[in-house]
Amino acid sequence: MTGLLQDVIEPGFFSSEPVHVALVVGAVVALVSAVVGVFTVLRGQSFAGHALGDVGTTGGSGAFLVGVNPLWGFVTAAVVGAGIMELFGIRRQRGRDLATGIVLGGALGVAALFLYLDSNSVNTTGATFTVLFGSIFAINQSTVAVVVLMSLLALVTIGVLYRPLLLSSLNVDMACARGVPVRTLGGLYLLAMAVAVSLSCITIGAILSTALLIGPAAGALRLTKRPGLAMAWAALIGVASTWLGILLAYDSYYWPPVHRGWPVSFFVVTLIFLVYLVADISSERRGRQLSRQRSGRSTAARRDTPRNSNQPHSAVGGR
Amino acid sequence: MFSGFMVNTWLVATMVAVIAGVVGTFAVLRGSAFVAHAVPQAGFAGAAGASLVGLSTVWGLAVFAVMSALGIGWLSRRGRHDAMTALGLVVMLGLGALFLSFSNEYEPAIFGLLFGEVLGISNNDVLVTAVLGVLCVTAIAVLYRPLLLSSVLPEIGEARGVDSRTMKVCFLVVVALATTMTLPIVGALLMFSLMIGPAGAARSFTRRPLPALGLSVCLAVATVWIAIAAAYEWNWPIGFFVGGLGAVFYIAGRCWARSREARVSRLAAAT
Repeated sequence: MTGLLQDVIEPGFFSSEPVHVALVVGAVVALVSAVVGVFTVLRGQSFAGHALGDVGTTGGSGAFLVGVNPLWGFVTAAVVGAGIMELFGIRRQRGRDLATGIVLGGALGVAALFLYLDSNSVNTTGATFTVLFGSIFAINQSTVAVVVLMSLLALVTIGVLYRPLLLSSLNVDMACARGVPVRTLGGLYLLAMAVAVSLSCITIGAILSTALLIGPAAGALRLTKRPGLAMAWAALIGVASTWLGILLAYDSYYWPPVHRGWPVSFFVVTLIFLVYLVADISSERRGRQLSRQRSGRSTAARRDTPRNSNQPHSAVGGR
Repeated sequence: MFSGFMVNTWLVATMVAVIAGVVGTFAVLRGSAFVAHAVPQAGFAGAAGASLVGLSTVWGLAVFAVMSALGIGWLSRRGRHDAMTALGLVVMLGLGALFLSFSNEYEPAIFGLLFGEVLGISNNDVLVTAVLGVLCVTAIAVLYRPLLLSSVLPEIGEARGVDSRTMKVCFLVVVALATTMTLPIVGALLMFSLMIGPAGAARSFTRRPLPALGLSVCLAVATVWIAIAAAYEWNWPIGFFVGGLGAVFYIAGRCWARSREARVSRLAAAT
């Protein structure tokens, strides 16, 4: 039994300090990302959720340049980026994604400049790589407390805004009619997301940040339609994938082909994606079953309504 | 600036700009800014993989870009297009991280793929870019009307017998093709700025599709030319100029659109 356990879990996994930090920070980030992520997916702001991390990279590389703790560069840049996106103030998703793209493009250009200056002036060989990909095993101990604290702040913001935010995410018109300040809420939400995303970005890298924000939430929303339950599911999926990914990455140190370990981000992303695929396909099958049952019950009704017939709508556009 | 090795740079960069302008117009029209960001990054992962097994990076780029385009198309068959794009993107980037961890490639090579390398372009590169470019423009020209209809009014397109899902897949594959040819030159991160910035600005200046397309191409070419000249002059990364100019053009377009709106409403109030 112990032999089997040792095959699954390499010796030293539970006594290693970096692993402890990775497990704790990974769980916190996965939890916050899951809660924020459900709103992100519902509101259709996945692009902003991904872009703010990259915008944070610009601040991170700028902070490298002037010698400030990159953490503050990340958060500042992401918050400023979110502010500019909000300033464009476009409600429709198409235009909003475009504004996000412009902010992202500009920020990436500046990041290219900063990184170029970084690698010219100071010899920071790994700077490019670290900022872009991050590593959950190389978390700076001193920043852990700040990361956890600010993540909780983002979480509390979402918690306070929960009901009006949910209403304005699902149905803008009804929220307006109810007197919910939709624009302010959207801005506050974007700020909370900027803080959460930039923090997760600097601790676990841009790839994992987006993966944990969108993947578990999208999977959970395929499993259930209820937002509260979806958040619980998303948190479960996120934390489980992160921990299992960390374990696998730790084990992979002796795996071929290079014997220096496979990246954590690969494992976590793959796990999240597999969970999503299972949720997606099972929900599609369930949906088909439901509609078959429903159509079985109302065959007579269906014959009368042209909407359910399989005829193409040729009459509408044929001239 | 215009001699010897720079000739190929100018040639290829101009071709890249034309393609980015054309494809970008549709990306903006369809609200697919995220896809324009995701597919090049997926291509970057493919390039890393190809260099790992010793193939030409162009093949890795092409395969991964097309694969991610088709994957995103399939994943978003039941809506939530943006979330599915994010999911496809991170899966590809996860693979890219894996490939990079296997390879012993020196960092500047990766940096070049992300941020672009406009110098030292061989005649062979020019040829490949030209062929892929002609392919892209032909595809857009053939698809022009149905693609336009299904981008602007998908329901009416459906009614007219234009399947919006087929159009989506076609468009994604065109983006993938465009990515393959442009990525080694402008880089994964800034290919995106070149597609979105000029096209977004052009759309603010005019609402009519064909003039917007022309303007977008002109702005993209101008962006690239200015960027290369500036990068040559000051030796700063070209990506900085491409990204910055894209944002400047877009903001100018927005300001122009807003002032025109104000003028129109003033006129309406006066009459």
